[in-house]
Amino acid sequence: MKGRTLLDHTALSYTLDRLAYEVYEQHLDFSNLAIVSLQPRGVAVGEHIVKKLAELTDGEKILHGKLDVTFYRDDFRRREEVLVPSSTDMEFSVEGKEIILVDDVLYTGRTVRSGLDALLDFGRPKHVELLVLIDRRFSRELPVQPDYTGRMVDVVSDERVKVEWSEDNSNNRVTLYSADQ
Amino acid sequence: MSKLSTKHLLGIKNITPEDIQLIFQTADNFKEVINRPIKKVPSLRDVTIANIFFENSTRTKLSFELAEKRLSADVVNFSASSSSVKKGETLVDTVNNILAMKVDMVVMRHPNPGAHVHLARHVDCSIVNAGDGAHEHPTQALLDAYSLREKLGELKGKKVLIVGDILHSRVALSNIFCLQKLGAEVAVCGPATLIPRHLASLGVKVLLDLKEALRWADVANMLRIQLERQDIEYFPSLREYSMQYGLTRALLEEVGKKDLVIMHPGPINRGVEITSDLADSEYSIILNQVENGVAIRMAVLYLLAGQAKTA
Repeated sequence: MKGRTLLDHTALSYTLDRLAYEVYEQHLDFSNLAIVSLQPRGVAVGEHIVKKLAELTDGEKILHGKLDVTFYRDDFRRREEVLVPSSTDMEFSVEGKEIILVDDVLYTGRTVRSGLDALLDFGRPKHVELLVLIDRRFSRELPVQPDYTGRMVDVVSDERVKVEWSEDNSNNRVTLYSADQ
Repeated sequence: MSKLSTKHLLGIKNITPEDIQLIFQTADNFKEVINRPIKKVPSLRDVTIANIFFENSTRTKLSFELAEKRLSADVVNFSASSSSVKKGETLVDTVNNILAMKVDMVVMRHPNPGAHVHLARHVDCSIVNAGDGAHEHPTQALLDAYSLREKLGELKGKKVLIVGDILHSRVALSNIFCLQKLGAEVAVCGPATLIPRHLASLGVKVLLDLKEALRWADVANMLRIQLERQDIEYFPSLREYSMQYGLTRALLEEVGKKDLVIMHPGPINRGVEITSDLADSEYSIILNQVENGVAIRMAVLYLLAGQAKTA
């Protein structure tokens, strides 16, 4: 299966670093901030951002939660198979915190909507921002826009954008697959 | 993405080991949910579930109701003592009338074995068996195996002993099916009068001496003597039963089992099948079983409801 590469390993790591710098520039104080990655595919992005932020802040401990949104989706009982959830790992309350929700690809906006619902079950955050690695414009079904965008991509709806993480972290990339691939 | 091999949960006998693993995997996530400050998810908000109990129940009914409410389902409760069943209505009619009021799923306990299978043939909704006579009690077996897995890891090769009134116990039969599907070895122990004939044909070891049985076992699941189901005297007295088949600390020390896991499906008759002290001891996972019961029932309801496509 061969698709068109949108971001190769080098470009992807620059993009991730830039996203971390943008977060850093916007916030400066990280004592009340938490990164919340959406399971399963937002987690790798979230981990890179947290790691880079730790470098920029001389090793400040940045809270990182992993949130599964399966139980909050709006398509339950509307598809053939039941979605099996991933684990949620939120070791902190989000009450009064500044939250950055992280996902890999923003498409219809429905996952982010579920993510917001799931997040509010852990408290009332001060504010919530959205960070995505890839923003597929023109395909939104809900009014959701990111605050931090890695790369904007215009693709037709039956194409798929996939962020692939290699096991040893040496060959990560973002690829565009057409419908028949 | 995955699904159960069945539309109903009628018994453990009808489901596959893969179904059991899928239920466990889903229950892991619900266990995390019920330990949150807000213990509720909106998954089943458009689902209405009827809990139909033709037999008394405290724990199971409460556990199902909590599971349903934590999934945001609407719940209606119905118990036979205050119903038209007393006026001569048939089971199928009763349930069809409930379904006509737009109920999506039925959780039922019934004194007759097989009542759920009969119902499943005649009505159009998912049915969950919450106990049918002395036949099966699938969610209890699932939560037992889940609690054991949590304590001991994978159950393959583990030795589980079920002690007591096997003849009248739906918990025993469902546990035997469930544990065997997960690769565990199962033995039963109790007075010969309370062990069904042909039980050995299920591949279960039958032991009559509790000491010998405990030496063999990694786990002891102590059942209650179900006096309400016993139409004749199966043993001379409760006191004698307790002396021969009751679990005590002295007995555990005598057989040298320091790491035995003790389970009980409840309700406990303290001082009969198990001493009060042991029931609350470090050996016991009885309260973990109750906690896991809610997570397991959430998983079962979630997976069954998710298969019924509405749009």
